Amino acid sequence: MQGFQTLFYKELLRFWKVSFQTVLAPILTASLYLLIFAHVLDSHVQPYPGVRYTAFLIPGLAMMSMLQNAFSNTSSSIIQSKITGNLVFILLPPLSHLEFFAAYVLAAVVRGIIVGLGVLLVTLVFAIPPVQHPLWVLVFALMGCAAMAILGLIAGIWADKFDQLAAFQNFLIMPLTFLSGVFYSIHSLPPFWQAVSNWNPVFYIIDGFRFGFFGVADVSPWLALSVSGAALFALALLGYQLIKSGYKLRH
Amino acid sequence: MSAIEFNQVVKHYGQFQALKSVSFNVEEGDFFALLGPNGAGKTTLISILGGLAHATSGAVRIMGHDVATDYRNARRAVGIVPQELVFDPFFNVRETLQFQSGYFGLKKNDDWIDEILASLGLTDKAHSNMRALSGGMKRRVMVAQALVHKPPVIVLDEPTAGVDVELRQTLWQFIRRLNQQGSTIVLTTHYLEEAEELCNRIAMLKQGQLIALEDKATLLNKGKSRTLRIKLLDGTLPASLQPLVITQAGQQYDLKLSDVAALDDLLAQIKQAGVTLRDIEVNKPDLEDIFVETMHGTAA
Ligand SMILES: Nc1ncnc2c1ncn2[C@@H]1O[C@H](COP(=O)(O)OP(=O)(O)O)[C@@H](O)[C@H]1O
Ligand SMILES: [Mg+2]
Repeated sequence: MQGFQTLFYKELLRFWKVSFQTVLAPILTASLYLLIFAHVLDSHVQPYPGVRYTAFLIPGLAMMSMLQNAFSNTSSSIIQSKITGNLVFILLPPLSHLEFFAAYVLAAVVRGIIVGLGVLLVTLVFAIPPVQHPLWVLVFALMGCAAMAILGLIAGIWADKFDQLAAFQNFLIMPLTFLSGVFYSIHSLPPFWQAVSNWNPVFYIIDGFRFGFFGVADVSPWLALSVSGAALFALALLGYQLIKSGYKLRH
Repeated sequence: MSAIEFNQVVKHYGQFQALKSVSFNVEEGDFFALLGPNGAGKTTLISILGGLAHATSGAVRIMGHDVATDYRNARRAVGIVPQELVFDPFFNVRETLQFQSGYFGLKKNDDWIDEILASLGLTDKAHSNMRALSGGMKRRVMVAQALVHKPPVIVLDEPTAGVDVELRQTLWQFIRRLNQQGSTIVLTTHYLEEAEELCNRIAMLKQGQLIALEDKATLLNKGKSRTLRIKLLDGTLPASLQPLVITQAGQQYDLKLSDVAALDDLLAQIKQAGVTLRDIEVNKPDLEDIFVETMHGTAA
C-alpha cells in the first residue's frame, strides 16, 4: 500500500509542480473556446428546446478538457521516464502490477477532475448550466477521465518517441473527442455522421455527462453508462495486461 | 541457500543470443566480481536479476525467491545500481531517497537515509536538485537509491566507470563495510585491480557464456604464464628470443613466458649466445593478465 501511495503522490506532484501548464493553460484554452463559440453562435443555435448554446457547450468543453488532460498526464509521464531512463527506479522496487497501474491512472484522473472543475468554475461567468443529476455528472466525469488516463498509459508504454505519441494524440484522441458532440448535438448531424458518432465511445461519455446537467441528451444515460463502462473495462484490461507482461517496459 | 542462483539462463534479443545458458551461484557473504568485455552480457544478466528484462528460458532466484514468479520478494532482497547514469530531475537528493524508500514500502526511513548520505559523502548535497549535481555525485545518489531498503544482496553494474578517484574510494569503503556486516555484493567493473583488491570470487563472461568461475586465489594461481625480467651485463638478446619481448628499456627486457617450463630453454639460449645476465626476476600474472589469457582461451 505504501508503494502505491508513494507513486500516486509522486505522479500528483509531477503535474502540480508545473500546474501553470498542466492545469491553468487548459482552463484558459477552454474558456477561449467558449468565449468565441458562444459569441458567434449563441443567438443562432438552440441544441435542445430551452437550452442556450453557451450552456450546452460548457459541459462538453469541460469534458473535453478533462479527457485530454487525463490522457496527457499518464502518457507524458510514462514516455518521459522511459526516454530519460529513470523509469528503472519504478521498475526495480517490488510494486505490484496493480499498484503501478492504479497510481498512474488515479493521478491522471485527479488532474482531469481538477481541470474539469476549473473549466466549470470559469465558465460560470458566461452561463450557468443547471445540474439536474449531480450523480450522473460525477460518474461520467470519473469514467471519462479513467478511460483516457488508461489510454494515455497504453500510448505512453507503446510509443518509443515523442512524435509517435503526438501521432497517437493527433490521429486518435483528437478525432475521437472532436467527433463526439462536444460542440453540437449529434441529432443536428446528417444521418451518416450520426451513425459514425454512434460508434465513438467518447460520444457516450460526453452525452451521459451532459444528461447529468440538462436531464436531456441524445441517448439514454443508461445506454451511455453501458457503452462507457464497457470501453473503460476493455481499456483497463488491456492496460493492466501490458503492465503485467512488461510490454516495452521490461525487455 | 545461495544468495543468487542463475540456472541455465538464456536470453535472446530477436535473433541475437545475448546469454547462452548461463549457470552459477553467488553465495551469501560473497564479494563477487562479474568480469567480461563489452557486450559479454553482464548488464543483461543483471537486468534479468532485477526484473528489467525477462529471461527467454531458465530461472533466477535471489535469496530463494524466483525473480519471475515471486518477483516482489525477489526485488525486496536486492538493490541494483544500473550501469546507465539516470536520475529524476524533479527532486532533490533527499526527496529522491524518500520516494525510493516509499516504493519499497518504507514509510519512516530518514535515519537510514541520513546514514547512507553520510557514508557516501552526500550529506551537504541533501537539498541540491538532482540536475545540479555532477556525474560523480549523481552516481553516488544511484548507489544510495539501491540501498534504501537495506537489501541483503547488492549489485553494482560498473559503478566506477568514468568516476573520480575520490568516489571510488568512498564507495568501496562503504560497500566493503556492508559486506563485512553480511551483505552479499556483486559488481561488474572494467578496473580489474578493483576486482582483485575487493572480491573473493570471480566469474568471467564472454559472448554470453560463462568461461571462468573461481575463488580469486585459485584463479590467480591458475595463470600459467610468467613475466620474466632480465638485465644483461653485456651483449644483446639473441634474435630467437626477440618475439617474446614485451618491453625493453636499455639492457632491461621483459619477456613473456607461456609457462614456467619454458624458462629452461630460454636460459639455455642466452647461455649459448654468450650473454651474461646481471639480474633476473620472475613474476606471476595479476588478474588482468589472467583475464586477457582467459578471454583468448589460453588458460588451463
Ligand atoms: N535491449 C536490447 N536489445 C537488443 N540487443 C541488446 C539489448 N540489450 C543488450 N543487447 C545486446 O546484448 C549484448 C550484451 O549486452 P550487455 O549485457 O549490455 O553487455 P555488457 O554489459 O557485458 O557490456 C550486446 O551485444 C548488446 O548489444
Ligand atoms: Mg554492461
